[in-house]
Amino acid sequence: MADAPELIRARPVPRPTLWVWAAVVLVLAAMLVNSLLTNPNYRWDVVGQYLFDPRVVAGVGWTLLLTLGAMVIGIVLAVASAVMRMGTNPVLRAVSTVYIWFFRGTPVYTQLVFWGLLSVLYPRLSLGIPFGPEFFVFTTADVVNATVAALLGLGLNEGAYLSEIVRSGLNAVDDGQWEAASALGMRRSTTLWRIIVPQAMRVIVPPTGNETISMLKTTSLVLAVPFTLELTFVTNAIGNQNFLPIPLLIVAAIYYLVITSVLMVGQHYLEAYYGRGFDGNDSATASTRGMSRKQQAILAARTTHADPYLDVTP
Amino acid sequence: MTDTTAKIQIDGVHKFFGELHVLKGVDLHVEQGEVAVLLGPSGSGKSTLLRCVNGLEEFNAGRIRVDGELVGLREVTRRDGSVELHRRTDADIARQRSRIGMVFQRFNLFPHQTALGNVMEAPRKVHRLSRGEAERRARELLERVGLADRAHHYPAQLSGGQQQRVAIARALAMEPELMLFDEPTSALDPELVGEVLSVMKDLAASGMTMVVVTHEVGFAREVADQVVFMDDGLVVEAGAPDQVIGDPRNPRTREFFAKVL
Repeated sequence: MADAPELIRARPVPRPTLWVWAAVVLVLAAMLVNSLLTNPNYRWDVVGQYLFDPRVVAGVGWTLLLTLGAMVIGIVLAVASAVMRMGTNPVLRAVSTVYIWFFRGTPVYTQLVFWGLLSVLYPRLSLGIPFGPEFFVFTTADVVNATVAALLGLGLNEGAYLSEIVRSGLNAVDDGQWEAASALGMRRSTTLWRIIVPQAMRVIVPPTGNETISMLKTTSLVLAVPFTLELTFVTNAIGNQNFLPIPLLIVAAIYYLVITSVLMVGQHYLEAYYGRGFDGNDSATASTRGMSRKQQAILAARTTHADPYLDVTP
Repeated sequence: MTDTTAKIQIDGVHKFFGELHVLKGVDLHVEQGEVAVLLGPSGSGKSTLLRCVNGLEEFNAGRIRVDGELVGLREVTRRDGSVELHRRTDADIARQRSRIGMVFQRFNLFPHQTALGNVMEAPRKVHRLSRGEAERRARELLERVGLADRAHHYPAQLSGGQQQRVAIARALAMEPELMLFDEPTSALDPELVGEVLSVMKDLAASGMTMVVVTHEVGFAREVADQVVFMDDGLVVEAGAPDQVIGDPRNPRTREFFAKVL
């Protein structure tokens, strides 16, 4: 047996700047904490008083509901429009392109105002034969109430953004996979769902998680509809009533931070499962901990190439 | 139809990629049970021709028939007796392809499915076999290519040679009447080439009609019934391996084999 080698025990390179920065940050942090505790205008007593106010808690519920609902609508629209855009039918391709162009090209705020005003534009809606007889007639304001308008506005906008994510995911899968499947006599739709989508998921799912986190905060814009039950509107309204806007902004911020933190933990596990770094890059050297055997196999086969320049989030 | 006995009948096929004229009028007949090996320099159009046979590429002129049936096209007789060409529907092209097995240079296995899953996929989704029946046949085929013990491995856990054998089993699972091989050993480490060629030899011995694009001249000499030498988009010389490889008549063929052998 050979002698054990003498291991290298070298001193690391000294890094004095580390201590300089630590000192600077420490002083700034101490100043911030000091002001948070001593500045009476923060009114922490009011924060505590309203943190669990029933109106605020209900607002959190509505915010979560809007986030979830809008994401569901968005994902359905995104998959449909991405598949249409990649398909062979030029009419459907054009429809999808125009949808994405319009909803990415106008601000969410504008779209939300528009959905709120739909009942002014079309006071009644009807089901029937185009240009012919009508079978059912609705008053628009009954059907498209504030909740529906908010969900439609957020969902349609999100669908346009997610569509590009889905499309880039589907395009990331190697052409050889399409060829192999079609050489076996598989139809386009079968190939898409059985072969392409399972491999595209690792490109599609992590940014969709990011979009969910972003949607949570975008729901605060639904006051444009106007939808008045979600967290930002409720806390603002209370703050304006008692002339104490700052503590109520803090209440809202605390809730957003808590929910985002929970979502970010979920996002971390999603990315670990699909073997993606937080920066969205593929990395062969990344740890495969937390990845399923199947996802490791897809990663190792290198048949999907993520686009690191994919642009997301409005 | 001039010759209905040929399994594959290629007549005057031209293919353009934009300005590039890749196939310049290729004629080739492959009989039932025959093994045809296409040899020739890179860029001579061998792979493109192979891909035209199962409709992965559309060609611009000429006709390809498999079992007498036009590939990708359909002749429709009009009321005045004239014949018009129609493109086949996607479903019809899929039906034609399902009878033709194809093996790719880069294997193109489905990475999210195990070896067994890869072999079962098309029989289940195209032929609508039950899971049990598809699995039984898939295991038989994996046995046949010597990979029974790798059924539950993902492609990434297999060597290149093993992956290519799974790909052959996957193509055979559709019970094709004809197998196309597009440089099946070109992406393999030299030491893994043998195991794939040996599976292909067994397949040829079982009477499968095969068209093989390869650079393995030894394989062509040993297994081929017909060797086809292509250069610059044309069939330069075709015939028995001893003649085309051993005693080529065309100077271009002679030059090629002088360099390769």
